[in-house]
Amino acid sequence: MTCLPGTSAKKLGLVIDLDTCVGCHACVVSCKEWNTGGYGAPLSDQNAYGADPVGAWLNRVHAYEVTPAGQDAQIVHFPRSCLHCDDAPCVTVCPTGASYKRLADGIVLVDEDWCIGCGLCAWACPYGAREMDGQANVMKKCTLCVDRIYNENLPEEDREPACVRACPSRARHFGDLGDPQSEVSLLVLARGGFDLMPEQGTRPVNKYLPPRPKQAREATDRGAAGVAAGHERPEGFLGWLDRALDKLG
Amino acid sequence: MRPAYSIVLFTTASGAGYGMLAWLGILGAAGLLPMAPPFGLAAFALAVALVGTGLIASTFHLGHRERAWRAFSQWRSSWLSREGVAAVATFVPVALYGGGWVLLGRTQGPWAVAGLATAGMALLTVYCTSMIYGSLKTVPAWHNGWVSPAYLILSLASGGVLLSAVAALTAEAPPELTRLTLLALAAGLAVKAGYWRHIDRPDDASTAETATGLGRIGAVRALLSPHTADNWVLREMGYRVARRHAGTLRRIAVILGFALPLAALGVTLAVAGFTGALTFAAAVSLGAGFAVERWLFFAEARHVVTLFYGEQRT
Repeated sequence: MTCLPGTSAKKLGLVIDLDTCVGCHACVVSCKEWNTGGYGAPLSDQNAYGADPVGAWLNRVHAYEVTPAGQDAQIVHFPRSCLHCDDAPCVTVCPTGASYKRLADGIVLVDEDWCIGCGLCAWACPYGAREMDGQANVMKKCTLCVDRIYNENLPEEDREPACVRACPSRARHFGDLGDPQSEVSLLVLARGGFDLMPEQGTRPVNKYLPPRPKQAREATDRGAAGVAAGHERPEGFLGWLDRALDKLG
Repeated sequence: MRPAYSIVLFTTASGAGYGMLAWLGILGAAGLLPMAPPFGLAAFALAVALVGTGLIASTFHLGHRERAWRAFSQWRSSWLSREGVAAVATFVPVALYGGGWVLLGRTQGPWAVAGLATAGMALLTVYCTSMIYGSLKTVPAWHNGWVSPAYLILSLASGGVLLSAVAALTAEAPPELTRLTLLALAAGLAVKAGYWRHIDRPDDASTAETATGLGRIGAVRALLSPHTADNWVLREMGYRVARRHAGTLRRIAVILGFALPLAALGVTLAVAGFTGALTFAAAVSLGAGFAVERWLFFAEARHVVTLFYGEQRT
């Protein structure tokens, strides 16, 4: 049934730290690598080596320039994937029941054998988290690596989503956001974690941690300042050379 | 939003077909339509053909057409599913009413009840179609109070013009139908003008700042795209072709879809003769105009996901 299953006590999800993400795309690549061989149809690419390649990926990393009033701009690397929303609009619009949210752990999944590939769920998602697979013609999305996190054939340290396992700067954290005492919930509380587009009313489970405040400095044109510094009179040997050359001409 | 031709054909053709069925149901039950057998046969055949064409076209953009039957199951939450159920359910009163009309020549008494049920179900189906789009909060140009009235009134306007043409060519166009169609065309033009004025005001609910949550720090500008080539999301929801030509296309839609049909039908009321040719011309012009209108409905609509990709507002 594509009606939402009621509130799940357990809400598995990710906490993404925008302060420490370095934009290396390791999470993107490891996600593609795991999920092309894991749950459901492979994540195919079309025309992969041609002029106009396109392919299904479940995780994308943007970079934004953020400019506080009167201060220097800063760069924020920004991973974007399914937020496993409590009020997931992608689930309720699905005409076949292929798109569903699990009551047991809150994960939003697609039953690919039922999906008719109409694309309406992707239209309903504000976050662009769903991509149609060009080969299987079914909707693909983040499964929170449902085939890793409960997989007893894997060593315990590997039972977390591939993106979390791959992150070299510990910018991604996995856990139960429904438990207020879980590590991820405490992290969200301590760092002021926030929702993306709360005005869309989707109540995302995944949270984002804001970049820590930077040392406040007046906005300056560093380039011009650097050039100006180069015109100052040097000291020591270079100063003597400078003066000597001045005398010569 | 990418205007898939199958969806443009689906919404315009089935809209016109359901509009015809609505007029056949209401005006037929009221005894205001010609009872000549060729008219009833041609009118029901055209209406059912348009509805059928639209419904079949709607499956062309599916990745798995063979599973389309599963779409009837989720009517409790999904407007797309409700549309499918309503579309199929409409065929029941249509079969009763059309059969009574065409085979028995009866439209009164119990047959009139079937007529009113036909009209009600036809309009309910069009409403469900409109809500597939109207329910999407992610597309502000669709998630507003103008969309459902526009779909319903344009369905009645296009159905009225087509039914007038069929009546004029097979029997005689009843003036009540012509007047009501003129009213629907005028109302349709007003609703579309209001719709266009509404969507021309930028929607500030979601911005690049709320999408990234970085508005708490400062102004947000997209610096690097996550992918160097295209992706499905941008092809589907980042469609930008219409913006350059939106003004011209709107004028074309207004002239072909509303102004010319209004003029042609108006003339038929004032002047006798040429009714067949004029209503036929009105139908052809309206078909082209409404196709442009529906293409714009998709092409002009912006999705909030584009806020992640450099748009500041939708």
